Amino acid sequence: MGAPAELLGSSALRLERRHLDEMAAHCLRCYPEEGCGLLVGDAASGTVVEVHPAENVAHSAQVYEVDPRAHLRIDRAAEERGLCVIGVFHSHTHTDPWPSPTDVGQAPDPSWHYVLVSLRHELPSTRSYRIEGGNIREEPVVVIDK
Amino acid sequence: MSVQVRLPTLLRPAAEGRSVVSVDGTTIGEVLGSLQRAYPAVQGQLLTAEGALHRFVNVYVNDDDVRYLDKLDTKVSDGDVVSILPAVAGG
Repeated sequence: MGAPAELLGSSALRLERRHLDEMAAHCLRCYPEEGCGLLVGDAASGTVVEVHPAENVAHSAQVYEVDPRAHLRIDRAAEERGLCVIGVFHSHTHTDPWPSPTDVGQAPDPSWHYVLVSLRHELPSTRSYRIEGGNIREEPVVVIDK
Repeated sequence: MSVQVRLPTLLRPAAEGRSVVSVDGTTIGEVLGSLQRAYPAVQGQLLTAEGALHRFVNVYVNDDDVRYLDKLDTKVSDGDVVSILPAVAGG
C-alpha cells in the first residue's frame, strides 16, 4: 500500500549539528558492527528533536535490526511528548551512504526518513532518503544550527 | 475483553486516521482478527496468508513481545494496551 501524499511529510530532513554528531559517534562506537537508532521529532516539518541510538540486535557488519524493545520504549515516550518516530539511521561500515537492496526491501514506513552514515572514509558521511514502493529519493539534510 | 490497540503510522490511514483503536478479543489472534474486520484495509499487513504474524511486524501486550509469550495465542485482559510496530531493519 503506498502512503498518501500527506503522510510523506516534508521533503527535507531538518536537524541540528549535534544530531549529526550523535549519529556519527554512535555508529563509530558500534564499528565494526553496523550501528543504528531512531529519530524522533515532528513528522510534518521533518524536524529531528531527538536522536536515539539503539542496539543493533543483529550484531552484524552487514545488517542491522533496531532492538524492538527500544523501539517500543522510544515510540511511547515520543507519543507522550506529542512527537513521533520520524526515521531511522544506520551505518554502512565499508560502503557509500546509499540504501542497499536490503534497506529498500525492508524499509518499514514510507513516511520515514532513512539516514545513512557511511564510515567508508576517514570522516563519516551522512545522507538522508525517502523510500517508497522500492523507489529511493535522496533529500536535503538541512542543518538548523542554534 | 476490550483492549486498546496502538497503530503504527503506516496503518493509520487504513483505520480512518486513528492512532489508537479499541477492539475486542481474548487473545492477540482474536484482537488482530477484530482489527482486520473493523478496518478491512489492514488485511494482509499484519498476518501472512497462513495466518501467522508477519516477520517484520512486532506486537506487544503492554511491555511484552508476543513472540516471547504465546504468539497469536497470547491472552489479553481488559484494559491491556496492544502496540503494533514495524520491525526496523536493513543492511
